[in-house]
Amino acid sequence: MSAERARRLVPYLLLLPSLVFLTALFFIPLVQTVALAFDGEHGWGVGNFNRMVDDINFTDAVENTFAVVAVVVPLQLCLALAMALMLRHIDRGRDIVLWIWSIPLGISDLAAGLVWLAILTERGYLNTILFHFGLIAGPESWLTYETPAVLFIAIIVAETWRATAIVLVILVAGVQLLPREYGEAADVFGASPWQRFTRVTLPLLKPSIQTALILRTVLAFEMFALVLSLGGRNFPVLVSEAYQWQNAEQDTGVAAAYAIVVMLVSLAATVVYLSVLRTPREQMP
Amino acid sequence: MTLRRGIFLSGVGVLSAWTLVPIWLICISALGGRNAVDAWPKSFLPNLASFGTLRAFLDIEGVWSAALVSIEVAVLCMAFSLLLGAPAGYALARYAFRGATTYRLLILLTRAFPVGILALPLTITFIRLDLYDTPLGVALMHTALALPFAVLVSASLFQAIPREFEEAAWVFGCSRVRAFLRVVMPLALPGVAAIAIFAFVISWNEVFAASVLTVRHRTLTAYLLTVLAESPLHVQFAGGFVLIVPSVVFIFLVRKRLFAMWGIANR
Repeated sequence: MSAERARRLVPYLLLLPSLVFLTALFFIPLVQTVALAFDGEHGWGVGNFNRMVDDINFTDAVENTFAVVAVVVPLQLCLALAMALMLRHIDRGRDIVLWIWSIPLGISDLAAGLVWLAILTERGYLNTILFHFGLIAGPESWLTYETPAVLFIAIIVAETWRATAIVLVILVAGVQLLPREYGEAADVFGASPWQRFTRVTLPLLKPSIQTALILRTVLAFEMFALVLSLGGRNFPVLVSEAYQWQNAEQDTGVAAAYAIVVMLVSLAATVVYLSVLRTPREQMP
Repeated sequence: MTLRRGIFLSGVGVLSAWTLVPIWLICISALGGRNAVDAWPKSFLPNLASFGTLRAFLDIEGVWSAALVSIEVAVLCMAFSLLLGAPAGYALARYAFRGATTYRLLILLTRAFPVGILALPLTITFIRLDLYDTPLGVALMHTALALPFAVLVSASLFQAIPREFEEAAWVFGCSRVRAFLRVVMPLALPGVAAIAIFAFVISWNEVFAASVLTVRHRTLTAYLLTVLAESPLHVQFAGGFVLIVPSVVFIFLVRKRLFAMWGIANR
């Protein structure tokens, strides 16, 4: 009897270390972040939030962050969908194409920023190409506050280059799980390739799309090193402001207030995706 | 038909080039050293004529010492993630018990949060515990990022190994621990290696927590972020290059398991 009871304890003992760890390094810091954000010089209050909102960069940071997410996430989803479907039609060399396309998965946003800095800097490769085509006379700088539109496009391009891979990998994993019969049935009933895509593949992929969107959106709200490496402080985003307040101003309170904003926005996005893209159990493939 | 095939293949080619060309360009920018950075107009081929540039690249002191710290942190993170994650994954895979679903939900919940940002309060805790500005401290923070992934993937990994193998070992007189080590572990090893590699990459690439938790013993990402404004471009490009190389190699190593892992980790 006691041996039986001991055996029942085994799974809990196996889970315990990870639970203790996550409590110490996830749940407690989570609560502490909230506490830091509401802890002011004169006791509890929203002082940190007031200082955050009053800061000259706050509105820009909010607008820029949402603008990047709103452009990048749909763009990446479309691109990754196209790539995932293309992969189905590659017979020879599929593995190598897949490897090449998933390389950026292992590249950080800082590294991606530096890569695109090499391309877009004054004496960079983009300007060399423009120069050879006679479009510019000499080195030209694109990443300053005088050219905000180009800076924005550069950030979109770099972020798309880096992070489409993670969407692709999740979608390819999903496509591999799709039963072939559905597509074949669509063919038998005379569906066009487009109908087959929108009426069969897309609905079946919904769970994968949902996961990809949640993951990607949360990560896109967190993106900051790419922005700092390309544009310095010319293009503030939420997390780069949190970083500045923490490291340059040594003001953890305001940094924590930014962290709370990022967390709420990420959570809200997750909830929206979970409810909008819900798959009823009876429709599960 | 052949025309359509041609358009299709050139699409594949363009998308591959879109991924590879930027990596090529950072390689030649980094290896060309200071001279290549100033060159105008740029050459799209590497200038390996002079050994001096390559030496200049290898001499960038800050990048190499920071890379060593990064490796230390990433190896620790890898070890912690496996030691904490694999037992939990095994429990989820092999035992039916109350609370299993709740635990899974808790693990999934971490994904909706920007975990790196939680480093802010940890600065205070770590100063108190003497973990601030140490590779161990950063590695602990990074493990919080990598652990949920390790738990879910190892659960699916162990689930894929038939329970009968283990039971057969018990029949032949192996203890549970021995059966696990002699029967399950060898079969799970490739998958475990993939989890380890992923934990390494997650840590190697993390920027925010590493920058907030270190001052003098900076990881490569933290070092590069702090010197962005003041250091010359060739140092930044060298750093970017060093950051990218391991990622490319690791993705190559796990390419076979990538999709199975992500497919399962996200159900």
